[in-house]
Amino acid sequence: MGVEGIGASVVRKEDRRFITGRGRYVDDIKVMGMTHAYFVRSPHAHAKITSIDVEAAKAMPGVVDVLTGQQIVDDKVGNLICGWAVHSKDGSAMKMGAWPAMAPETVRFVGQAVAVVIAETRNLARDAAEAVEVHYEELPSAHHIAMAIAPGAPQLHPEAPGNIVYDWSIGEEKAVDEAFAKAANVVTFELVNNRLVPNAMEPRAALAEYNEAEEHFTLHTTSQNPHVARLVLSAFYNIAPEHKLRVVAPDVGGGFGSKIFIYPEEMVALWASKKVRRPVKWTGDRNEAFLTDAHGRDHISKAEMAFDADNKILGLRVKTHANFGAYMSLFSSSVPTYLYATLLSGQYNIPAIYAEVIGVYTNTTPVDAYRGAGRPEACYLLERLMETAARQLKVDPAELRRKNFITSFPHQTPVIMAYDIGDFGASLDAALKAIDYAGFPARREKAKSEGKLRGLGFSCYIEACGIAPSKAVGSLGAGVGLWESAEVRVNPVGTIEVLTGSHSHGQGHETTFAQLVAGRLGIPISQVSIVHGDTDKVQFGMGTYGSRSAAVGMSAIFKAMEKVEKKAKKIAAHQLEASEDDIVIENGEFKVTGTDKSIALPMVALAAYTAHNLPDGMEPGLKEGAFYDPTNFTFPAGSYICEIEVDKGTGKSTIIKFVAVDDFGRLINPMIVDGQVHGGLAQGIGQAILEQAIYDDTGQLVTASFMDYAMPRADDVPSFEISHTTTLCPGNPLGVKGCGEAGAIGASAAVINAITDAIGNNKLDMPATPDRVWHAMQAPLQQAAE
Amino acid sequence: MYSTTYHRPATVDEAVALFAKGSDAKYLAGGHTLLPVMKQRLAAPSDVIDIARIPTLIGIEASSETLTIKAATTYFDILSSADVKRTIPAIAHLTSVLGDPAVRYRGTIGGSVATNDPTADYPAAVLALNATVKTNRREIPADAFFQGLFTTALENDEIITAIAFPIPEKAGYAKMRNPASRFALTAVFVAKLKSGEIRVTATGASQDGVMRVPVIEQALAANWSAAALEGITISEEGLMADIHGTSDYRANLIKVMAQRAVAAAG
Repeated sequence: MGVEGIGASVVRKEDRRFITGRGRYVDDIKVMGMTHAYFVRSPHAHAKITSIDVEAAKAMPGVVDVLTGQQIVDDKVGNLICGWAVHSKDGSAMKMGAWPAMAPETVRFVGQAVAVVIAETRNLARDAAEAVEVHYEELPSAHHIAMAIAPGAPQLHPEAPGNIVYDWSIGEEKAVDEAFAKAANVVTFELVNNRLVPNAMEPRAALAEYNEAEEHFTLHTTSQNPHVARLVLSAFYNIAPEHKLRVVAPDVGGGFGSKIFIYPEEMVALWASKKVRRPVKWTGDRNEAFLTDAHGRDHISKAEMAFDADNKILGLRVKTHANFGAYMSLFSSSVPTYLYATLLSGQYNIPAIYAEVIGVYTNTTPVDAYRGAGRPEACYLLERLMETAARQLKVDPAELRRKNFITSFPHQTPVIMAYDIGDFGASLDAALKAIDYAGFPARREKAKSEGKLRGLGFSCYIEACGIAPSKAVGSLGAGVGLWESAEVRVNPVGTIEVLTGSHSHGQGHETTFAQLVAGRLGIPISQVSIVHGDTDKVQFGMGTYGSRSAAVGMSAIFKAMEKVEKKAKKIAAHQLEASEDDIVIENGEFKVTGTDKSIALPMVALAAYTAHNLPDGMEPGLKEGAFYDPTNFTFPAGSYICEIEVDKGTGKSTIIKFVAVDDFGRLINPMIVDGQVHGGLAQGIGQAILEQAIYDDTGQLVTASFMDYAMPRADDVPSFEISHTTTLCPGNPLGVKGCGEAGAIGASAAVINAITDAIGNNKLDMPATPDRVWHAMQAPLQQAAE
Repeated sequence: MYSTTYHRPATVDEAVALFAKGSDAKYLAGGHTLLPVMKQRLAAPSDVIDIARIPTLIGIEASSETLTIKAATTYFDILSSADVKRTIPAIAHLTSVLGDPAVRYRGTIGGSVATNDPTADYPAAVLALNATVKTNRREIPADAFFQGLFTTALENDEIITAIAFPIPEKAGYAKMRNPASRFALTAVFVAKLKSGEIRVTATGASQDGVMRVPVIEQALAANWSAAALEGITISEEGLMADIHGTSDYRANLIKVMAQRAVAAAG
């Protein structure tokens, strides 16, 4: 494959511009005549708008216009959509409350947009926004699941009685009941999966331009999937038809899922650019990011697991309430259902599973996919349950897991997923060795003698990535197919441009995708450019999320490359007067095997474009495209072990060692994979001990800045010990599985299992802040197995 | 941020004169309190008078009895000062756990003491060491200086010029950081002065800002050791409670941090 091909830890091509401050983000782009938008937002969690007076604001210096929710309704701009139809147990459709891009009548969460000021500068727009007079009649609000489902709770949407989005289930209830009836032991556990704020480094932004002469729009925006944004903006929001709308997602500073969705602000910028006949830029600030970027997680669950006398799992029963926030965001319906409950089998042979998920509206920021999206919630629930079971059954937690591991593949779980391959025992063995499991009791005793409490926690995760086979997700309610496209253009001088529908916002595609192409041809990666993020350049694509870009995006490139190579070999054979079957590609040369005859790639490319001497009937040019639709999800899996020390005096947890053994299939660039794992682990550890979005009694987000929302910092995480076991994914040509979410999925359970092991009290929810851990330590009656 | 007029006076007198001229003037030192609230539009001073670069307000002097740190000296200069390390190493340590490197290059001791944030570090040291706050008009003993949350004895236009710390026999500081802001969730400064007086202060704990902790002072006066504090109980009455820590947790932290501060003081 060559020194820069697949498997090489090549330094990232994109980092030169990023670390020298030469990236080009939406807010860096300035155009002639540009205006600035600033939103007037609701200060209330739930209120009726009784009046809006914009006249004073319109008279302020530099104000171009002030637009309200009523105007967006009058212009027939569509309400925000949810792109995945999920049905309740009784077959009824999910209950979707209307979400106009700016509220005309009712606000349902703090921060919801009510009006927008368009002005010559951002500061002038902000000045004028303060002069917009909005009168509200406050309504009672519900900001937690329990409040929203209580009898007599404030009602958010007329469409959703009792604030219930859906009451969904998966699996066989009867089979599970039978399993529990014959169980020797039952382990029951209740937990909260804490609400998180994604906090990408770059806040969301949009720059909308309307060209009146051509009736054409251009939207530069912070998107993980610009083509999906264009599709949704065109098909549902009635702002511009697809061929009259160019969406560009240039350099994007992180997404973690939060930039998949099409938000009100981007819609309003686009709509407003036509209203005011001037380009409109909106750049969110950090406070707006806290209040309006879709939050993640927020589940309350009860789980029960049945074991036989030999500690084999017989069945699993789960009931989860998922907080949706005030409105259904683009993929919110799928996250706590098809991305969550379908992973509840974990790495284990569980003959019967039944899970119910009740979606609940609350007067909070909408909740949607955040790194892992449903799978971290599944892993956390299952792995805390396994650890609890081991303590209750008084067996070794590693052995209990091993005893129940799935060992033959393919394996059909009771919850849709069919695992294609894996070796869970190999990952666990490697992790046990890396942590020196045998030496732990001695380390624990030593720590005890120094006044510290040491604990060890496991998490054996599995995730479904490579999202996703279109037909399968279509049958489950998805509104789109989840294939990917690629086009490989060989230029007349032999350099190559690869156009991909994947989008890079930190993942390093410009390097890894180039490695695939360069490796196949034996040329340096500097000869390959990756083009992405622009609907005018790339025909279509589904974007980047769900650890799909390698498994799906690169597989499309692989297919296009096969076509390019086939044609190039024909040209080379023709030029070399050889048989095309005898041509091999090595070090950028097309060689006739067994001879010294060869022709370099640039000469083949030039021949393709001069077309002076091509085989009869061959079209000129060297450019091929491909669409790749996966046949199955991919199933990255691994074993994480966390060793932790808790300070008895303060309750502060310090991670002594964190071992991560992942099976991602083939690694494209091990250095980038390590980076992805590091980032994921930091976010998983962040969820476990630091991060939480908290609303107060009036529905205000208390943690709306970094002064109160604790993000993990370098000194909160240890130096990770990462290694890999490998089973190649049989479902795609590269054998890859995806690595972007694993850390965030697997880490939190390992951390909490370690802390509860250390303090001897299992009653502990995330985040395990020093305050919470200290209080848990003061409750000696609550024993480990509770 | 609303529009404001920025001034950079060369002397303290010039700064005071500018302050008198402004309709709603504010002094700016390191800016870590004022600038964030201005950016959030929660403060709208007519004039911002930057006193952080006035030469007479910068520098550290040590005599055999006193360590004097001038008000606009940055945290970084304090924690890297050989005089500070030699005379009162607890202050060097306190400064090293204050904020992050970017904060420490900008923030000033005078700014911290004048703001009297209830979770700030320096007020604990000033009060425990019985320091004197010197201003452009007078000298204020620490006991009279801190007057509750964000409130001090300073007049509106008065400028701290220096803090004079008596060099103690022993001193120690132990801090539990707020996981989000890294301010003190609760921190304790213990000092044994050369007069023999024991003074112990806690920051980040009380609803009224920096506080003395008499029960610990008494225990340490009888027996200067961490073990002497084992049996004591701190009342949670009047202590802060928020999303980062309940009042009983903070009461526990006062004791635990005091023990660690004593151990650090030796």
